[in-house]
Amino acid sequence: MTDRPQAMRDALLRRICEAMADDPKLFFVCADFGSPVLDSIRERFPERFVNVGIAEQNLINISAGLALEGYTVFAYAIAPFITMRCYEQIRVSLALLSQVRQLNVNLIGVGAGYSYVVSGPTHQCYEDLTLMRAMPNMAVYSPADHITAAALFDRCLALGGPKYLRLDAQVLPVLYANAQPDMATGFQCHRDGKKLCLVATGYMVHTALKVAERLARSGEQIGVIDLFDLSGFDPERLAESLATYAGIISLEEGFRGRGGLDAMLFDFCARRRLQASLLNIGVEGGYRFEIGSRSELHEQVSIGENAVTERVTRFIAELSGGGTNNEGND
Amino acid sequence: MHASMIDLKAKARWVWLETLRIHRRAPETRLASSLSPVEIFVALYYGGVLRFNPTQPLTETRDRCIISKGHGSICMYPILADLGFFAMEELEHVCESGSFLGGIPDPVIPGYETVNGSLGHGLGVATGMALGLNRKGSDRDVFVIAGDGELHEGSNWEAAMFASHHRLDNLNLIVDNNRISMLGHTDDIVSHGRLGDRLGAFGWSCAEVDGHDVDAVCAALHVMKAQRNGAPKALIAHTIKGRGVPGLEDAPLCHIMNPKLETLDRLLGEAS
Repeated sequence: MTDRPQAMRDALLRRICEAMADDPKLFFVCADFGSPVLDSIRERFPERFVNVGIAEQNLINISAGLALEGYTVFAYAIAPFITMRCYEQIRVSLALLSQVRQLNVNLIGVGAGYSYVVSGPTHQCYEDLTLMRAMPNMAVYSPADHITAAALFDRCLALGGPKYLRLDAQVLPVLYANAQPDMATGFQCHRDGKKLCLVATGYMVHTALKVAERLARSGEQIGVIDLFDLSGFDPERLAESLATYAGIISLEEGFRGRGGLDAMLFDFCARRRLQASLLNIGVEGGYRFEIGSRSELHEQVSIGENAVTERVTRFIAELSGGGTNNEGND
Repeated sequence: MHASMIDLKAKARWVWLETLRIHRRAPETRLASSLSPVEIFVALYYGGVLRFNPTQPLTETRDRCIISKGHGSICMYPILADLGFFAMEELEHVCESGSFLGGIPDPVIPGYETVNGSLGHGLGVATGMALGLNRKGSDRDVFVIAGDGELHEGSNWEAAMFASHHRLDNLNLIVDNNRISMLGHTDDIVSHGRLGDRLGAFGWSCAEVDGHDVDAVCAALHVMKAQRNGAPKALIAHTIKGRGVPGLEDAPLCHIMNPKLETLDRLLGEAS
């Protein structure tokens, strides 16, 4: 895998395309959504590529049927449509059915968070982590760079069952240029901190690193963790990694307080009886129709670099003042 | 088992009675919608149409039978038990604690392929299986049994478009066309008009049959199965919801009605 930044989908689809040449059990289904690499899959494997058209309900049902016939299926569409348009098909014929049948269906959703920047709220996706992690049997992955996205291919083959891969639509900087992400652990520490740790996923890992860098200049060492496997991370290792922190901050490109990364982390800390104070940072203020750059949009909804730096600085003050996190829930 | 060895009418009568008995013991089961497809299932399973293996229900060499009309298939319980998919004794425990036979059949039941209950999923999943079989080079068939009411779900029509585009002539849809959903006649709710014409416009090859003439259903199923001409196939079986049960038969609200106990007892008594 090249270290030159590239789109997550191209990196993943390239792996799939290479493997399809050797493995006749791989099948690719899309809902009229493309990519340059997809063109070569279409051309090289016309018998194992199918475009269902703009019909996500059918995308899922066809994928379930193919999987029941023994194929490992990759289903591909824009993130909000492959999750929310066909949620019941996913629930019934993937999550529920996989409890009693072997089936391997990998839902590849492109367009995490605000990554379709000027397309507005129909194409943006801030609810999917909540919805997909609500279902038992569903694995949920949220990579922060194309190296992780490509590495997910091995998970797709190794693990049965339905999975959701939440990919960013934009080309993001490379996080894992020197070492592959540890897929078995499901997360990776990118900075060690003293009192505070930011646990982020997807695009927000990059924001977390920038915020940590800024705060380091003013003498605050903040930890940063990239949590890319939201369903299968190693709980012992994560508990160890978080044990020394007085404050843990979740950071996600999804609505705050509505069951996403924040709820997952809150539940985790409670179960593990971690004593840290928690702060959840996510999208505030509901849907928005404003047009702007991704960083402008992020500042508007309180997840931009400035907004996060400011909020974390306040959190530091609250912690050292002995105060507690009393954020309201909207 | 060869079709000619079985008296399909007698078998249908037995299945009908067993379904009443199950409902007598487990009134949570939906009776009316489980009586309209009796002859369809009897023809499929006893008429030499379906290839199946009760001891290995998911064997690769089976024909796939996707029962989409979940609650309306309680009549499958006696059929599957009779054929040896599970013990006959299980029929005594429908809807009881610990039984795998519930009010809506689930794929934990040997012989059921997919999840039922939520309507409109069967045809799409079956279409995916038909595509998979086609690509694997298998000559096995896929049958789907759906009610006309569930054809209101748009996902069926996404699958219908897809199946004809991909020329899936291993796909066989049987519509239990009892023309009643929960709150009345489908013609009064959202009419399917001439359903055969609609499916035909979607590229399907359609036939119609009296769904309670078990020999005619069996013959039509054999014709449908043999036909491989590049189009998916549908058999619209005209049926009567609640058939044979006075007060229930064709009543607009029969989906959610239970017959009177004395009616059930009289019908069961007449048979013994």
